[in-house]
Amino acid sequence: MFWQMVKGALIRQRKRFFLIALTVALGVSLAAAMLNVMFDIGAKVNQELKAYGANITVTPRTASVLQDVYGVESGHKEYLQEKDISKIKTIFWTNNIVAFAPDLAGTLTLTDGKEVPLHGTWFEHVVTLPTGESITTGAQEIKSWWTVAGAWPREGAGEALVGEKLAADLGVSAGDTLHYRGKDGEEGTLKVSGIVTGGGAEDESITTDLGFVQGIVGAEGKVDKVEVSAITTPENDLARKAAANPERLSQKEREIWYCTAYVSSIAFQIEEAIPGSAAQPVRQIAESEGKILEKTEMLMMLITGLSLISAALGVSNLVSANIMERSREFGLMKALGATNLSVSLMVLAEIFIAGIGGGIVGYFGGLLLAQAIGQTVFGSAIAINLFVAPIVAALMALMLLVGSLPAIRMLLSLQPASVLHGR
Amino acid sequence: MSLLELKDVSMLYNGKVPALQHVNLSVEKGDWLAIMGPSGSGKTTLMNIIGCMDHATSGHVILDGVDISEVSNDGLTQLRRDKIGIVFQQFHLIPYLTAVENIMAAQYYHSMPDKKEALEALDRVGLADRADHLPSQLSGGEQQRVCIARALINYPVLILADEPTGNLDEKNQQLVMKIFHELHEEGHTILTVTHSAEVGAEAERRVIIEHGHMREAES
Repeated sequence: MFWQMVKGALIRQRKRFFLIALTVALGVSLAAAMLNVMFDIGAKVNQELKAYGANITVTPRTASVLQDVYGVESGHKEYLQEKDISKIKTIFWTNNIVAFAPDLAGTLTLTDGKEVPLHGTWFEHVVTLPTGESITTGAQEIKSWWTVAGAWPREGAGEALVGEKLAADLGVSAGDTLHYRGKDGEEGTLKVSGIVTGGGAEDESITTDLGFVQGIVGAEGKVDKVEVSAITTPENDLARKAAANPERLSQKEREIWYCTAYVSSIAFQIEEAIPGSAAQPVRQIAESEGKILEKTEMLMMLITGLSLISAALGVSNLVSANIMERSREFGLMKALGATNLSVSLMVLAEIFIAGIGGGIVGYFGGLLLAQAIGQTVFGSAIAINLFVAPIVAALMALMLLVGSLPAIRMLLSLQPASVLHGR
Repeated sequence: MSLLELKDVSMLYNGKVPALQHVNLSVEKGDWLAIMGPSGSGKTTLMNIIGCMDHATSGHVILDGVDISEVSNDGLTQLRRDKIGIVFQQFHLIPYLTAVENIMAAQYYHSMPDKKEALEALDRVGLADRADHLPSQLSGGEQQRVCIARALINYPVLILADEPTGNLDEKNQQLVMKIFHELHEEGHTILTVTHSAEVGAEAERRVIIEHGHMREAES
């Protein structure tokens, strides 16, 4: 009889219950979309931040320690071996290493006697890994924000990029030739393949092939540092604790940390792979990532909360209107001997049936909305997180209960004598 | 012991507007009493109190041995369910339930719905063939008869009828009164509230209520 009465009410008041279902569907769709986006946003933000370059810098350990502890450079210059660079791709998180490029700094003396900063790197370098596999990496991959007017240099072709400011100083442009004097006084030429604008030191220096710079500074087979771009998991408390000192982690924490692609654990593994190296996460990137993520997640939570509150208010209004409209019916039930509990349960059953219907539609609508957000904002699909369904179901139940409370209170205070006879 | 006894019952609305003043009444088992009076005299207030839908401001109302003046709201709900059958002037049927389901709803709140018994109750008021009709598909007289069947279904000790023919034409009025006579002959205790002298005359005993005061009607 209970379900018969619920069914009758649902059919008779179908327009009202359709509105309740629609309100719930809207709230749930927003909540489902936001939660799915929120759970996937870490990876998305990470990918976005990859556009801002390397997030790990590998330097010689001694140079790094002196710099860290005393803030000074070693008198005796330390280098990393160029042949060790490919070992970066042998770590546990090898697939997360997107690109890397070495850097060797020096000075180039032009034939007019002017000395200009010089950097050697790989542009589009084919690296053969210890596994026998080959990959192409270099500045073209890692310095995605560089703007080159002209062309990127070809390796071994005697070509160079000249920074925008330096080019203005020297009065050169793409296609010109630079004349320099080598360390033994011999003269040579470098062809300016392009003018680079990056907003950093590269704007005031010459960037060219690593081998050329090694020859100029007399450091064959050596590099100052390697910049690495890796896909990482955003920092959390465990990552920060490990970054401070990995030795302070418990065995279990260490296992979790080592097997999670935190920037600090990837850096740690690079140090293990390259002898005598110190791999430092670029804190600005890691921290920006964490902050952006935290704020974006907060925004998503806020939108989820607000959408559910709005839906609860909508449900509350609709249910209250429904109760007022049907007050005689509920008064009659009470006059016939229905308890407050049985009448409240009936009303809740009606609301929950409409709400669950709307919730199911809203959940799948939310998945579509999440994909639309993913495509519009990140240009890729959002991964569907199965945990979102039970979370949304619990939130929806809470929303329906909270939304029904004013109506239930009204129902409890309903006196049969008032609604049936008036008094 | 009387089935229903009102002792010095008064009702004040908002603590100052008197609706009933020092009402005393005794109804025996099997009686058919008509409470008569003009609109606003206090009839409905009295019916709400006797029907366990309201508490009197003062005095005692004893129904089947229970002083309902001292019963909580939950207790009143239980008394309504177990001891009272109400027939409303405006029928008050649940609009989305059929005639038989409306009767079963009263059974559901009392104990267990029993369709066979509900159909028998409908048959008794001459509506066996209208069992599956919605209230909107029934005439006023038919709706009132469904209401009577619903009032009887849980074997109440007291049938309360509030202007039972107030919304009916003459033919249906006669039909309904005929049913009341049958119920009275079977020993049911009936209390009708009406402003109609004609309907009141059908009862075996009449009281008149005016400005909240009650007196026995002259026969």
